[in-house]
Amino acid sequence: MNLSSPNSLRQGPDARGHFGIFGGRFVAETLMPLILSLEKAYDEARQDPAYHAELKHLLTHYVGRPSPLYYAERMTERLGGAKIYFKREELNHTGAHKINNVLGQILLALRMGKKRIIAETGAGQHGVATATACARFGLECVVYMGAVDVERQKPNVFRMNLLGAKVIPVQSGARTLKDAMNEALRDWVTNVDDTFYCIGTAAGPHPYPAMVRDFQCVIGDETRKQMMELEGRLPDSLFACIGGGSNAIGLFHPFLDDPSVELYGVEAAGYGLNVPNGHAASLAGGRPGVLHGNRTYLLMDDDGQILEGHSISAGLDYPGIGPEHAWLKENGRVTYLSATDKEALDAFQLCSKLEGIIPALEPAHALAKIVEIAPKKPKHHLMVLGLSGRGDKDIFTVADHLGGM
Amino acid sequence: MSRIDRRFAAVKAQGRAALVTFVMAGDPDPALSLDILKALAKAGADVIEVGMPFSDPMADGPAVQAAGLRALHAGMTLRGVLKIVAEFRKQDADTPIILMGYYNPIYVYGVDKFLTDAKAAGADGMIVVDLPPEEDEELCLPALKAGLSFIRLATPTTDDARLPSVLANTSGFVYYVSITGVTGSARPDYSRVAIAVKRIKGHTALPVAVGFGVKDAAAAREIAQSADGVVVGSALIDALAGTLDAQGRGGPATVAAVGKLAGELAAGVAAAKERAIP
Repeated sequence: MNLSSPNSLRQGPDARGHFGIFGGRFVAETLMPLILSLEKAYDEARQDPAYHAELKHLLTHYVGRPSPLYYAERMTERLGGAKIYFKREELNHTGAHKINNVLGQILLALRMGKKRIIAETGAGQHGVATATACARFGLECVVYMGAVDVERQKPNVFRMNLLGAKVIPVQSGARTLKDAMNEALRDWVTNVDDTFYCIGTAAGPHPYPAMVRDFQCVIGDETRKQMMELEGRLPDSLFACIGGGSNAIGLFHPFLDDPSVELYGVEAAGYGLNVPNGHAASLAGGRPGVLHGNRTYLLMDDDGQILEGHSISAGLDYPGIGPEHAWLKENGRVTYLSATDKEALDAFQLCSKLEGIIPALEPAHALAKIVEIAPKKPKHHLMVLGLSGRGDKDIFTVADHLGGM
Repeated sequence: MSRIDRRFAAVKAQGRAALVTFVMAGDPDPALSLDILKALAKAGADVIEVGMPFSDPMADGPAVQAAGLRALHAGMTLRGVLKIVAEFRKQDADTPIILMGYYNPIYVYGVDKFLTDAKAAGADGMIVVDLPPEEDEELCLPALKAGLSFIRLATPTTDDARLPSVLANTSGFVYYVSITGVTGSARPDYSRVAIAVKRIKGHTALPVAVGFGVKDAAAAREIAQSADGVVVGSALIDALAGTLDAQGRGGPATVAAVGKLAGELAAGVAAAKERAIP
């Protein structure tokens, strides 16, 4: 992965899992030996051509990669500025980018001889991807999901059940994604011998943030190659939504050392950044702290108690963010913006009507910023949206907000 | 010699193990919480661990999770925890107080300020669950420098190769987690605990206290056969919770219930005659 120059931004993390002051391994002692053994297994796997070949085969024939880089012609015409492309991760098997990471981790679990897979999920996309891969490989799958999310994402709960996974509604704390992650960690600390924790985003204790990023880099690597083929040059700007930030880091990372490429991460501003506890923008409205194994930007009160945050999108509704994003914010390489629920809803409808593509509410946040910024750019500016998931799961949520459709 | 060292030495001189109790500061409210600490000391707790509530206690089972939520709802903060410790210390100069919790509230409070204020309040050490030796620079080393003990957890997954690094900067005592799991879960296998304690004592001269899953006097007595200390938390919290009304409010019965169980546990620990260790 890290073949670039000494001044490269692509060399993190250090041996202790740090991106600047962010990242690290803030876990209970019981888990520390497990995390060290995972790190070792991952280091060995990524040097093994057979591992890469198997992953490549699955990504091609099971997931359907490469995903297209699609010229959004009518969106481009409507906005009247930059030439807009969609990197269509929503066309992957299971309908989102999550499967890229899950297959990498499941192959690793198989190498490590682990038979039981646990995962946390918010909107259910990572849970569905994990349940899918476990079905494919005949592994036991337990998915922790906040009881509140189980209620608001019923179709995904049914999908997971259909795929043979056991979905456990988490009743502790605020009963959403962060509590699901707490409960998955409690499971892992209890079942240390046979269980592999498949984390869904580029966060958690080292090596997860780097490992998940590596698996998601297929998004940016393909985008780079496809843009060279289509336009003969690199894109000028990339936009991706950020909850934990795995699709964004996967799109951005292969371009970190190309200073001509502007990178924009878009957080969920919910009801607005000025509404207390009314948004999920950890970078814009949080500060550095330690949760779920890493130091990163977190939404919390003055006493260090974690806040819930809010977003219309269950997939962005997490009070933290991957540590590499925290570092990329501090060094200024990525510009972090935010979009409100309303802006995302507008972009969701615009995309559906103009392109015949119903995006997930998560990437609709990134699209909202494209709607704002594309008109200000010249026509030769090549702009890419990481279209990380499809919106089928969101149509009822959207219908509620629009007063029925 | 620290207050913790003195207490373990005194207990050893009596030929028994120490009773180490855990309750959450501010549970069910700050005033009762202080009364509970006093009742614990009176009932025979040799060392008191005081929980610093955190919104996301990922190593804790349902009892301690609920205790933390009750404390937070009652307005408890890290500043409030230290205030309770200071009040306790005004009346009890000898019982060691160990602050136990997670790193984020301390990090946000400020490490240096926390150490200064904890020391001033009369705390003797800390257990911070999510700070393994790999992150010693964060709090462990500054704490030792400030004259506070940093008590580390050793677990069934901590093998002989790893034990020296876990023990390296530990002081006061070693807390052996008897099971893989969260607080208040399954009952440990006593014979395996005895073997583990012996293994750890082969690496350190520090006292070894054992916790997680010790629910009653009989269990305390079993553990006390092999360990230098027995830690009980969730069972005390369950006793506390059993006295609360529908709104989560406690009263004199709350303090009495915790004190009663602590007395039984102290008797259980004292009754462990066949101590396997000198």
